[in-house]
Amino acid sequence: MTTISAQNTKSLTPAKIIWIKFCEHKTALLGLAGLFLLLLFIFLGSILIPESQANQTDITNRIQPPSLTHWFGTDNTGRDQFARIIYGGQITIVIGVLAVFLQISLGTLIGGIAAYYGGLVDSILMRFTESMLSIPSLLLLIVIGKYFGKDIQMLNIFGRKFSGSVPIVVLVIGATSWMYVARIVRAEVLSLKEREFVQASIVLGAKNLRILFVHLIPNTVGSLIVATTLGLANAVIMEAYVSFLGLGVQPPTATWGNMMTQSISFIQGGLWWMWVIPGFCIVYTILCFNLVGDGLRDAFDPHTHERFV
Amino acid sequence: MNSYILKRLLQAILILFINTFLIFSFTRLSCDPMAQYVGKAGFSAEDKTRIYNELGLDEPFPVQYFLWLKKVGQGDLGISLFSKQPVWKLIIERLPMTLILMLSAEIVTLLLAFLLAFVAVKNRYSLIDNIITTLSFVGYSMPVFFIGLILIILFSVKFKQWGLPYLPTGTDIWDHHNIIELVKHLILPVTTIASIQTARYSRFLRSSILEVMSNDYVRTAFSKGIGSGKVMFNHILPNALLPIVSMVGLDIAAMFGGAVVTETIFAWPGLGRLFWEYAQRGDFPVVNGVLLIISTAVVIMTIVTDVVYGVIDPRIRLK
Repeated sequence: MTTISAQNTKSLTPAKIIWIKFCEHKTALLGLAGLFLLLLFIFLGSILIPESQANQTDITNRIQPPSLTHWFGTDNTGRDQFARIIYGGQITIVIGVLAVFLQISLGTLIGGIAAYYGGLVDSILMRFTESMLSIPSLLLLIVIGKYFGKDIQMLNIFGRKFSGSVPIVVLVIGATSWMYVARIVRAEVLSLKEREFVQASIVLGAKNLRILFVHLIPNTVGSLIVATTLGLANAVIMEAYVSFLGLGVQPPTATWGNMMTQSISFIQGGLWWMWVIPGFCIVYTILCFNLVGDGLRDAFDPHTHERFV
Repeated sequence: MNSYILKRLLQAILILFINTFLIFSFTRLSCDPMAQYVGKAGFSAEDKTRIYNELGLDEPFPVQYFLWLKKVGQGDLGISLFSKQPVWKLIIERLPMTLILMLSAEIVTLLLAFLLAFVAVKNRYSLIDNIITTLSFVGYSMPVFFIGLILIILFSVKFKQWGLPYLPTGTDIWDHHNIIELVKHLILPVTTIASIQTARYSRFLRSSILEVMSNDYVRTAFSKGIGSGKVMFNHILPNALLPIVSMVGLDIAAMFGGAVVTETIFAWPGLGRLFWEYAQRGDFPVVNGVLLIISTAVVIMTIVTDVVYGVIDPRIRLK
């Protein structure tokens, strides 16, 4: 418990309070450290190992267990698993970040507008949100992924080549996960709407858009940060599910999910390195995001801020 | 209360309509049943146009939508393109299997979650509590297929290698109506699903109980001398279980979606696999039908959950 001594003349800003509370959760700090290590591994790895090694097939060497030349073994077309884990991690995380960005933007917009304008707009937007919620997102992913799964060209961005299915997976995950954010933002904006600072803005003549984007939405940032972190965990899992079923990112571009596509058949042959390693990476990443998100959720919870006053 | 139910019902009808439009748009625009035949021998472009014409697929989109809607309104979900059977029949055949799987998993989950949550609360902040909490975190961070694969490797493959009695993986043909076979095939998929769900529920239950226990009325009850068992059952649990009711209700709703991934790994003949198999071939009557049934079930269950919640929580009832 932090005590404010007489000598401590620095004021406790809300950000500091949140940081202190976050640090009280040892598990959350562990998660943060884990994420940091993961990012280090991926980015150092991509500097040290060229991408061509991840996609270079070598049929004569296929399905080799871990050895000195191939630290994590090779996959069913002879590509080096170690390099694929590194580059697959990049793609997986990039997909997660972009998908979350999409879903947060979409969800905040819809939730904010619904809450602010209320009435018919609110009704229609919320019915639409609930409608999307009632359709299982994995099934939607399958349907849409199936459609786009055929004849995907390779894209070339910033000199890196990867399958065109990557932006599609991003779009689909983002488009099927925004509803949770919309509900959270709507609840927050609804309660914020009644506060005096909003009424003051209205009296001062601020336009609706300004109130919404400058005053209301920035004050939901606490919930948004939590939603972002948990959304990242969700995006990684969704990508893993879709790619595991074979409908997500298409090879040769690697993601941790599609490295596990044939895993059921791998089991019978005892080819443990084909699926244990990418699977472990997925679990590790999701675990870290969940730990951090949980810590953040407690840190942002205003009910427990009282003891700092 | 009654006006609340009425309002929810009206909203539900609107949602169902929006659903039909969304579902139809998604599937019709993505499913192309002829895709797998393009380029194969004996299939020409004329064949494609002819079949499209026969199936009514080249009509303008709104026409197709309203025709489908009309048939749905009359209770006809259409005929599968590939198996020529009515969609209803396909769904009814597979639905019980999915429900068996999900209900068993839910029951196991609830039992285990209660057990774990109680142990954690009784020994709160001790080592046992920390272990349970950590395991819960790990549990619900795992994708379903990872746990499934580990279980399969251990209990099906390795046990067989070691000469121990082993559980079947389900890829072999088995008689769905034989109870013993059913239970044998249920164990692995239920364990897989239950592991993840238990992790979620036990965490939630634990924090819910702890939160209720910090309330004044609980402290009052204890100070009145009421034994801890009675306090738990009469005061703490009824309040702590409220959010769980909501969770269980929504999970039952999600149940109908089946667990596509679980059913695929364990070759379980349920609704999820039905969807998967037919979606592969672009059989959109089936895809439409399944999505419609599932989303309708979710909408209905959501309303039921809300109403039940309103009934058992006096604070809402009396508002």
